[in-house]
Amino acid sequence: MDLTADKLTQIIKERLQATEVEVQDMSGGCGQAFAVIIVSDVFRGKNKLMRHRMVNGALKEEISNIHAFTQKVFTQEEWDEQKKMFGV
Amino acid sequence: MFARAFQSSLRTPKFRLTPLAVRLLSQETKSAIEQAISSAPVVLFMKGTPQAPACGFSRATIQILGQLGVDPHKFAAYNVLEDPELRQGIKEYSEWPTIPQLYVNKDFVGGCDIVMAMSQSGELSELLESADALVPEEEEEK
Repeated sequence: MDLTADKLTQIIKERLQATEVEVQDMSGGCGQAFAVIIVSDVFRGKNKLMRHRMVNGALKEEISNIHAFTQKVFTQEEWDEQKKMFGV
Repeated sequence: MFARAFQSSLRTPKFRLTPLAVRLLSQETKSAIEQAISSAPVVLFMKGTPQAPACGFSRATIQILGQLGVDPHKFAAYNVLEDPELRQGIKEYSEWPTIPQLYVNKDFVGGCDIVMAMSQSGELSELLESADALVPEEEEEK
């Protein structure tokens, strides 16, 4: 069962209670490389390493089956600030 | 004869190994990793070598360390592609699923994403500075 950007988005929303998710398929179609942005308040009060460990833990299976996985994670508050600052 | 008996006992274990036991790092690999981590203040497990990285994430990480001025004498890089046991072992040891992996003073810092974010925020150069791992600044001429 190949992973798609849509499927991964759904999984992240469910497992990390994400309010916003952006998944970019960087593989050129083979479904082996993804770059994701995750916005969730489960990251509140956690440092970068802890946050990434949470994501790695929640997506353990998925990550172990693909070649490349890159993540940026924010709390809702941080994300709103990003949007204000950069208009993303 | 002993060897054969040993083999057959391997094929029909008397008890079932739990998944945890199966995945447990061998003591040998673990101590090799610990030795590697202690071999320099800044240690990077990467794909390829600093001169010829074999993956974009390893390349990006090496570039950042270079730009921040990590002292080559205080740096060691290990190519996981040369050693399948290291490649798998370091993932289990760090409980981190991807390569590259950066250690500073034996502490796990993170992978490429974290290194990049920490370099942008200035945290990484602070960390490297406090580990005394940067090339000393040239003294000003008087």
